[in-house]
Amino acid sequence: MSLLAAPPATVKRPIMQPAVGRVLQVVKETHDTFTLNIEPPPGDPVARFRPGQFSMLYVHGVGELPISISGDPECHDYLTYTIRSVGQVTYQLVTRQPGECIGLRGPFGTAWPLTEARGKSLLIVAGGIGLAPLRPAIYHVLRHRGDYNRLVVLYGGRSPRDLLYRKEFAAWGMLPDTQTLATVDYGGVSWRGHVGVVTAMFRHVRMQPDETVAMLCGPEIMMRYAGRELESRGIPASRIFLSMERNMKCAVGFCGHCQMGPYFVCKDGPVFPFTQIKPYLDLYEL
Amino acid sequence: MRRSFYRLDRSGLSLILDQLKHRGYTVLGPKACGNALQWRPLDCLEDLPGGLSTLLAPAQYRLQTGSETCLFGNPGGLDSIKAILHPPRQTITTIRKAGDQLEISQETPPAAKLAFVGIQSCDLAAVAALDRVLLQNGEADEVYSANRANAFFLSVHCTQSGPTCFCASMGTGPRAKAGFDIALTERLEGEQPEYLAEAGSSLGAKVLEEAHALPAPPEWMRQSTEATQKAAEAQTRKVNRQAARAVIDSTFEHPRWEQTAKRCLSCGNCTSACPTCFCVNYEEQSSLDLASAQRVRLWDSCFTLSFSYIHGGSIRLTPKSRFRQWVSHKLARWQDQFGVTGCVGCGRCIVWCPAAIDITEEFAVLEQAAGSAVTAGGSPHGH
Repeated sequence: MSLLAAPPATVKRPIMQPAVGRVLQVVKETHDTFTLNIEPPPGDPVARFRPGQFSMLYVHGVGELPISISGDPECHDYLTYTIRSVGQVTYQLVTRQPGECIGLRGPFGTAWPLTEARGKSLLIVAGGIGLAPLRPAIYHVLRHRGDYNRLVVLYGGRSPRDLLYRKEFAAWGMLPDTQTLATVDYGGVSWRGHVGVVTAMFRHVRMQPDETVAMLCGPEIMMRYAGRELESRGIPASRIFLSMERNMKCAVGFCGHCQMGPYFVCKDGPVFPFTQIKPYLDLYEL
Repeated sequence: MRRSFYRLDRSGLSLILDQLKHRGYTVLGPKACGNALQWRPLDCLEDLPGGLSTLLAPAQYRLQTGSETCLFGNPGGLDSIKAILHPPRQTITTIRKAGDQLEISQETPPAAKLAFVGIQSCDLAAVAALDRVLLQNGEADEVYSANRANAFFLSVHCTQSGPTCFCASMGTGPRAKAGFDIALTERLEGEQPEYLAEAGSSLGAKVLEEAHALPAPPEWMRQSTEATQKAAEAQTRKVNRQAARAVIDSTFEHPRWEQTAKRCLSCGNCTSACPTCFCVNYEEQSSLDLASAQRVRLWDSCFTLSFSYIHGGSIRLTPKSRFRQWVSHKLARWQDQFGVTGCVGCGRCIVWCPAAIDITEEFAVLEQAAGSAVTAGGSPHGH
């Protein structure tokens, strides 16, 4: 299937040179998080990505950052990024106006194992902004619903106002063979859902561990505990995948910043099997 | 290829330099510059540091008077060629704002033709290591490619070792095994030095033929091997490279990291002096009117706090973790990543560390601590 194959290299541009994309739309998701739709140059390979991959987004005069692609992998008209404003470049990205130009490089990195997961159930565990890199995988499953069994999405956020894609998330839960559960650290008076860490939700999940593939993205501490908990619930580490984050300047293994033990997160990751990354998750300041 | 051996005297060597210039090479060699031996363009053999030698010790580098005849006798005392192949500062792209458009232009340097005269075996190994990172690692770095593509290496086997050298234990010297076009052995018996020249490439052989070099006496080769062997045996520092991965893997929590990190200034001198440290940062430099910006690539160091920064803080907060990252990467993780060791035993990090931190000494302590765990073949992370 063409979607899961490596994107074709029709235009060969120097690897550090961005393509020029145009902002189509900026949507406010929460008080600090925004979703940008960016139109790449027509037919440019920068738009052909696999779920879980990331781009390097560049703002003129400010800098460049790795951002996961959060949109539909089968939409080639524009690329979607969900960005939390936490620093100079992210602030400049979320305050762009439609029509403005942004540099795009990529896509980079490994993808969620959606081909390998065919015929199985999918357990998606997201924390905070970690739902963004997982959303393309969810879109893929929903488009090819017959290829997969159950879809379970567990989502943990700090508070109800920090939860992303709330309408969409609720709609996923209405679909057949699909279960969604959200939990927050601080509920507030109007929240009637779960309160607590996302690992506490596993007991509410209805699925067979022996035919389940788990995909995790969120704070490292959450992934560490979720990975262990899923293992103890019978999902082997080889079928648990997680997406790592490190400082990245180049995305192609030249800058050295994203090293994590033997790995370059930019090209050996960001998606790793738990078996591969587990020994390094426990090493503080590695 | 089958190696052929030639003998050269000083004027023969001079002819080789002329040959290289004639072929369009920019000839570079060690030159005394700013009280250190650095790579600079060579006009003639007189530019080489004849009569000078380097005094090396942990945190110490001095240029002093040495043998008049010897042109290449400064093992470990010469700057690495990293700064030439992988420059410390390089503009990568220029991006101009034109109306609501961005115009992006690549600043790829033109392919250079560089000849390195007097490069030592440790540095040839370092170039091979950098090749793995910047050429054979999926993508090719354009700047490094341009500088490296046509490089000519006229190397010199080390017949003496410097006090900080440990290339023998790293398997990278003192005799150059591969990667050179011509390798010289400097012979200092007479009033004038003579050279045994081995051709390591067909181009090297051609250059030697064109300089009308005569075949070397057969015993010269044996004497050369003996001399480099003697230099290897004279090295007092060493790293047990076969055990390095297992030692590093089993000593992650060892208190030695913390103890030594108390002396470490996190200055990054070691990473600058290291011939294989490749890490870079990309900086945005804008014009005052903000109409134009350049993406400038600068050497970076894993010893800086910002190196591992992600939103919320740095991964490696303490000097201990940064020192550990550097040593672990050099001695162990490089092998996982690139199949060769990231340390070539040149000893520059020992010389240029202002706190005299010695990687071989650090490793020895860790190796002893790892002790039985390592000899039992145990790597806790199961590599």
